[in-house]
Amino acid sequence: MWENILIGLEYLFGIPIFGWGEDVGFVYKALLLLVSLLIFIAFILLADRKIWAAVQLRRGPNVVGLFGLLQSFADLLKFIFKEPIIPASSNKIIFLLAPLVTVMLALSAWVVIPLDEGWALADINVGILYIFAISSLAVYGIIMGGWASNSKYPFLSALRSAAQMVSYEVSIGFVIVTVLLLVGSLNLTDIVIAQKEIGLAHLLGVPWMNFLNWFWLPLFPMFIIFFISALAETNRPPFDLPEAESELVAGFMVEYSSTPYMMYMLGEYVAIILMCSLTTILFLGGWAAPLEIAPFTWIPGIVWFILKVSLVFFMFAMVKAFVPRYRYDQLMRLGWKVFLPISIFMIFIVALILQLTGWGWHGGVA
Amino acid sequence: MGHNMSEQSMRNFNINFGPQHPAAHGVLRMIVELDGEVVERVDPHIGLLHRGTEKLIEHKTYLQAVPYFDRLDYVAPMNQEHAYALAVEKLLNIKVPMRAQLIRVLYSEIGRILSHMLNITTQALDVGALTPPVWGFEEREKLMVFYERACGARMHAAYIRPGGVYRDLPQDLIDDIEAFCDPFLKVCDDLETLLTDNRIFKQRNVDIGTVSLEDAWKLGFSGVMVRGSGAEWDLRKSQPYECYERLDFDIVVGKNGDNYDRYLIRMEEMRQSIKIMRQCVELLNSSEGKTEVSSMNAKIVPPKRKDMQTSMESLIHHFKLFSEGYRVPKGEIYAAIEAPKGEFGVYLISDGTNKPYRCKIKAPSYAHLSAMDFLSRGYMLADVSAILGSLDIVFGEIDR
Repeated sequence: MWENILIGLEYLFGIPIFGWGEDVGFVYKALLLLVSLLIFIAFILLADRKIWAAVQLRRGPNVVGLFGLLQSFADLLKFIFKEPIIPASSNKIIFLLAPLVTVMLALSAWVVIPLDEGWALADINVGILYIFAISSLAVYGIIMGGWASNSKYPFLSALRSAAQMVSYEVSIGFVIVTVLLLVGSLNLTDIVIAQKEIGLAHLLGVPWMNFLNWFWLPLFPMFIIFFISALAETNRPPFDLPEAESELVAGFMVEYSSTPYMMYMLGEYVAIILMCSLTTILFLGGWAAPLEIAPFTWIPGIVWFILKVSLVFFMFAMVKAFVPRYRYDQLMRLGWKVFLPISIFMIFIVALILQLTGWGWHGGVA
Repeated sequence: MGHNMSEQSMRNFNINFGPQHPAAHGVLRMIVELDGEVVERVDPHIGLLHRGTEKLIEHKTYLQAVPYFDRLDYVAPMNQEHAYALAVEKLLNIKVPMRAQLIRVLYSEIGRILSHMLNITTQALDVGALTPPVWGFEEREKLMVFYERACGARMHAAYIRPGGVYRDLPQDLIDDIEAFCDPFLKVCDDLETLLTDNRIFKQRNVDIGTVSLEDAWKLGFSGVMVRGSGAEWDLRKSQPYECYERLDFDIVVGKNGDNYDRYLIRMEEMRQSIKIMRQCVELLNSSEGKTEVSSMNAKIVPPKRKDMQTSMESLIHHFKLFSEGYRVPKGEIYAAIEAPKGEFGVYLISDGTNKPYRCKIKAPSYAHLSAMDFLSRGYMLADVSAILGSLDIVFGEIDR
């Protein structure tokens, strides 16, 4: 029994340089991922504001640090040092728990994301299901916050977001199913590898043109649906109904201030980056270089991954700058009456084509 | 018994929309009764910005009352001054020289653009589009600078005064206004690419807040609100004041009376305003426009500073006009202009003294806001802010 505990400790805290354990401890890796993720998000937040400002012919934050690069850190300090106001009539425990739930759930999904070949912290074979399960839970953070605030606007917002996130999860689920049909595996690493090994570039006889291989091309409608559903899933405009400024003021965040508010914001952006990564993994070939030729292949996979995530995020940011907001019933109609039928139809189409042609990746476990 | 109790325990969801609501357009407070997301009743509460303008004017001379009009619809200040100046001039029975008329029209149209630009972009903001306001404000800023260069103030102009305008426009300002026109049309086109054919913008505005022409008249609407429902009604055409009858422009008329039509009308009216502004500039530069900028009646209009240094008579006039003011013949008058938001009227009663006996202000937004319940019933919560945005209300003139 002691041996098992020792192996467990080794797995968690092992330091191979000191001759303890064979691999770097899980805790260190997780911490490294967490810290680098948070720093990345600090700059993504800035990028979001800068892109938005550029569209609006403004300069955006440009005071703190060079070009405003340190703005997010200044904001962090501001949020932390402000006094949190907890409404007297709120349920205090749930009120404070809600932002924690949001941020914890958003972060925990990252454990299965492969940033490069073999870089996933937990390379589990049901990775995509795990992410799906975790991101379904994210709605609880909003419902809890909206309910515990004991205030009318947050309450309405909680109701809206419950309906919204559940609806768009359905279409996201079906989009993922079409990818799974092609890959035949639920493992995220397998999904990326499959995109390298099969795809249109192979059919066209130009296998080095990797970017044609990726699933965005054969599954183009699903790629679009996934992108839009991801916007809805993360409450980004035009689907930001839970925090609709012109109707619900700030939605479920009305009563929040200081660090709890920051937690919500952080959770939201972690979830957004998660959705960007998922788009990258499912449709844009993960860490793979766009062209399988010399200068491109020298660049490490993690760089390609970050670039692709940034590209997807750029699209997220541009959408925010351009579009008005849907009304509640229009949002529901789009989810249930447009996306759902299209994605179910596409599942049949994809399945039919695969059945007839025998195309698909057969290297997976399934 | 149990049946009764369950009936009684049903209660609609009431929310307080404002006065600190980001979409409340000022200090509006609305009690919104909701059944789920569907609006059952909207009850606008006004008065939070009440300053007693009408009463204050009774205690001021005719000239001192002018700045109060800037503070009514503070989005397009000079248009209100214009209505007041017209009323006083009618009572005094004086004529305004051509150049003053042209400047008044020019600045009324600048005011119309100021107001419509704010309204279109905030209507977009109310349905969640965040970029148009920032684009629009850039143009508004330029127009505010024109205000500033004419009279020294960006908003509270006190420029259009009974008898004419405060002082002449410098030639380079007229040139700059002319140079503003063409690029502005480009900005209008740019704004339209963001909104007019945007599917979401259309979904949020088409068939929302619909009002039939019959209802529009019944509710006391004017301006864009009746033109949106199909009435070809514009005071600039139907009862022309100043030199509007000489200018070539079109009345823009809608068809469906919904938010979207009102948006389109405002968009096109801005282009029409530019057309009018161009004609004004042209006339100002022609020989016809090279007249004085105010009536030469020394008992009404203060003398020039230069004259005051040499002429005893002018000095006395100046002193009398800025202390006692001028006396206005006994009578009542109603003067209305086509303000950007609708018919803005001033009803003046003079008892022959130097102060108005009564000054009733007819603000278009007041009638429009009172229709809020009629327009919003049965729509959804999100539509309330969209409808409110398309009404184009400003609290300065509603609460007065």
